[in-house]
Amino acid sequence: MNAHPEKTNHSKGQKLREGLCAAWPICLGYFPIGLALGVLGQKAGLGPLQIGLMSVLVFAGSAQFIAVAMIAAGSSFGAIVTTTFVVNFRHFLMSSAMAVYLARVHRGFLSLFAYGITDESFAVNMTRFRQGDWDRWRALVVNHAANLTWVFATVTGALVGAFIPPGAFGIDYALVAMFLCLLVFQLQGRIYILTALIAGVFSVTWYLWVPGDSYVVVASVAAATVGYLLRRRRRGSKA
Amino acid sequence: MNFREYLLLLLAMGAVTYIPRWLPLFALSQRKLPQWLIDWLGLIPVALLSALVAPTLFAAGEPRSLSFARPELLVAVPTFLFALKTRSLGGTALVGMLLYWLAGKYL
Repeated sequence: MNAHPEKTNHSKGQKLREGLCAAWPICLGYFPIGLALGVLGQKAGLGPLQIGLMSVLVFAGSAQFIAVAMIAAGSSFGAIVTTTFVVNFRHFLMSSAMAVYLARVHRGFLSLFAYGITDESFAVNMTRFRQGDWDRWRALVVNHAANLTWVFATVTGALVGAFIPPGAFGIDYALVAMFLCLLVFQLQGRIYILTALIAGVFSVTWYLWVPGDSYVVVASVAAATVGYLLRRRRRGSKA
Repeated sequence: MNFREYLLLLLAMGAVTYIPRWLPLFALSQRKLPQWLIDWLGLIPVALLSALVAPTLFAAGEPRSLSFARPELLVAVPTFLFALKTRSLGGTALVGMLLYWLAGKYL
């Protein structure tokens, strides 16, 4: 505990601690998924080194699962890279939304920060930025704490994962629960609730009818657009 | 696939993952965005979160089908209420895990 919180509030140590406090639910959720990926990789003939390199160079959960499955199935280079691009394209939207909170930050920082934009770090950081008690350094800590956990978990999975029973302690649900809570944080008015409902219905419908992972990007762009137009019309009619 | 080919594959996968994460930040953060774009982007997080989680709750995978009776959805209801009440991220993750674990044991 420090005796002068008002003085040390912005020290590096404090920022690191706050970043880690925000990141731990992500790390908790990443661990079992990373283990599972390591185990699958091992079964597909990828050792701890190969898996670790993939986690460092790509750092994208679902895309890595798909890539491991495609490698195991002997898919072509082009097919794996194209799939990775499509699956991860939703981060383009997240990066765009983050840009609002990182205006005029120098580009070296942004290049380092962009590496760690995942569904989870994005959701946590956006919530905190919006609450106003957040800055880019804390956000960077969240990104990289999540990344380190991911690399560690996937390598561990490749080494020992076969001994861990699947589904232990409901840990598979950690990220779903975290997303639900982050969704609650985002519901800050009728237009947000409406947008969430539209996105959910679009997403499930698209998921059921269109194979692949395009449902996330399609549903969120469509729902945000509908929400935006509804809000503009309502404002327009008031004016 | 030998190690060199594998490394090339990872570099290509890394590039197509990193560039969409990097380009908007790099391009948009240095200029003043028009208000409509800020408003629209402000709705993106809620839309993305809902779009990510909804199929997990309301649909089964392989083959994909609509379902309103999955343990994921059953557990989501009290988890959501807990989040609404406490607004604690870590607490919600733990409660969700506990309930999901119990659901797997007793349902």
